[in-house]
Amino acid sequence: MPPKSQLWLLATLVVAGIVSAFSGRIDPYFLDVAMGVGIAVTLAASLNLINGFTGQFSLGHAGFMAVGAYSSAVITTNFGPKLLPLVGGQVWILFPIALVVGGLLAALAGLAVGAPSLRLKGDYLAIVTLGFGEIIKVIFQNVDAVGGARGLVGIPNYTNLFWTFGVAAVTVYVVWALLNSTYGRGFLAVADDEVAAEAMGLNPTRYKITAFVVGSFFAGVAGGLYAHLKGYLNPGGFDFNKSIEIVVMVILGGMGRHVGVILAAILLTVVQEPLRQLGDWRMILYSLLLIVLMITRPQGLFVWPLWKKKNA
Amino acid sequence: MMKLSPDTSRRGFLTLVAAAALLAGCKPSGGSGSGGDAAGGGASTIVVGEFASLTGTEATFGKSSHEGTLLAIEELNKAGGLLGKQFSLITEDNRSTAGESVTIVKKFISRDHVVAVLGEVASGRSMEAAPVCQQAGIPMVSPSSTNPKVTEIGDYIFRVCFIDPFQGKLLADFATKTLKAKKVALLSDVSSAYSDGLGRFFREGFTAGGGEIISEQKYTSKDKDFKAQLTAIKAASPDAIFVPGYYTEAGLIVAQARQLGITLPIFGGDGWEAPELIQIAGGEALANTYYSTHYSPESSDARVQTFVKAFQARFNGETPDAMAALGYDSAMVLADAMKRAGTTDGAKVRDALAATKDYPCVTGKTTLDAARNASKAAVIITVKDGKFKYLETIQP
Repeated sequence: MPPKSQLWLLATLVVAGIVSAFSGRIDPYFLDVAMGVGIAVTLAASLNLINGFTGQFSLGHAGFMAVGAYSSAVITTNFGPKLLPLVGGQVWILFPIALVVGGLLAALAGLAVGAPSLRLKGDYLAIVTLGFGEIIKVIFQNVDAVGGARGLVGIPNYTNLFWTFGVAAVTVYVVWALLNSTYGRGFLAVADDEVAAEAMGLNPTRYKITAFVVGSFFAGVAGGLYAHLKGYLNPGGFDFNKSIEIVVMVILGGMGRHVGVILAAILLTVVQEPLRQLGDWRMILYSLLLIVLMITRPQGLFVWPLWKKKNA
Repeated sequence: MMKLSPDTSRRGFLTLVAAAALLAGCKPSGGSGSGGDAAGGGASTIVVGEFASLTGTEATFGKSSHEGTLLAIEELNKAGGLLGKQFSLITEDNRSTAGESVTIVKKFISRDHVVAVLGEVASGRSMEAAPVCQQAGIPMVSPSSTNPKVTEIGDYIFRVCFIDPFQGKLLADFATKTLKAKKVALLSDVSSAYSDGLGRFFREGFTAGGGEIISEQKYTSKDKDFKAQLTAIKAASPDAIFVPGYYTEAGLIVAQARQLGITLPIFGGDGWEAPELIQIAGGEALANTYYSTHYSPESSDARVQTFVKAFQARFNGETPDAMAALGYDSAMVLADAMKRAGTTDGAKVRDALAATKDYPCVTGKTTLDAARNASKAAVIITVKDGKFKYLETIQP
């Protein structure tokens, strides 16, 4: 691994930290959108590992996000008053712990879904993950301890620019580093040709499960950030449409492109803001935008030969 | 002239995207200097923000409510505005989804410098936006979020409608007294906070009054087939069926119940209130059905009739439903509080709102209690010959 990429990661973390220190002076609306962008990048980059690089088709990313969101929210909201004194009242210790626990639980859910279902391919896997996402949503709707359909209120607003962009940078870095490692080349091999990969002595199912678990982990962390940004969770926010939104980011960015997917995540989050003022026309324009982009740029919005050569 | 090689055109496109992103990002940082405390001083209009579900699953309610609010603001402006200023209403749509209302309200407060926020019909989304308003010290008035949790978020959050415990209790009374029911079957929507809560409050009231919930069935929003649940209910032979849900499912439930030969009274809450109910279920099936709501356009009250006429004149003869009336009332109650406060300062408007007493709303005389909820009368509507008919008024 060239140290250059680690330098990038470090630089991003430092910049995020510095900007975050001044967030009191930034317009709260702008801050909200910016943090939304960071979360979208995390979600898209993690799904990209599953859908883009490993060639699977998951439609359940919102489900994993929900697992992370609810579990980290429960930790900070219900157990926070007890846990905070244990870490000396320091939110910056408690919050990442909650995020990581949320991520781990999401990863566990990813394992539970992935292990039995990743023998399936393409459309079949898509349907299984779709079903899983809906099951998660319905479970949260029926668990009274987390508010059920009413939603979970009073989640502390711990999320700030540093955490969102820090997590986004770490996600992108981990996915990038994983794929550029000797082990990680296997993901691409599985995506290209499963039979050939198996003939070369790789275990495709293991690769697929690894991608699924890592992807779900970061989706869970992103969910935790989302919960502590909005301060309120409703199971309805993690429905099928949310999964589709993330899938669209990955497809639009160009499946299996690092920079493209990041840019698509930024674009699709920011574009909602000016479009909202158009009222009824918003969803029509948004859908139209997607159709036009897919017709004109089927290979992904931000892919050009220069990068292709480098990445191939 | 310019010859675009594929390379430059791509670069051009990327620059465009980057520029768009920058533009969207930069604008707000310029306007952030004045901070959150724009207590109306200096501004030439009184800016009120409204977040609403104008598209998506609750669009029917959201649009009605928005039209009511719009009418109120227009009437206020025609009457000369307030404190020598005109009102300006900014409305943004949240697609009936979770996650957007927070962003919208933050934008209202930091960029549009609103002095108050109006919204929403759905309790879930009001609960999402309320903490932002509470934190910024901006009063928020919800027209029709009936879940009790909404105003519990803080002392800047108000509503002009009655709450689910009241509605649940009055429906329990209605079932016992008017329908003379002793055994009621409950069919509620588990995916809706509103339906679940109303069902619970009804059960509390009904069992406390000596009644019995004989069968309890559940469904999920967007379900289309309810025959399994209805067959189970039929087998339990109740005296009436309570369906605390929204009109889309309630309409189908009523229609399918009648198909199964269930002629029992079926009743629900204000979620039934929509002309679509009759379109979905058909007028014949709706015989012997009842629901509670906030007002009836048939009321002989002069205030109601003036409102109905004004609404019909403004919106192509449409008859305003309860959501429109509450949307109208939310803006009027807010304006009244500002008038009494003599300022648009958040804290003072809050105090004035909290002191609202017997304000003559279209939906009845409204007093805001200590929990910032409206205590007011409810009406029961029935369906006769394919038309909504006023049945009775129930005082709190």
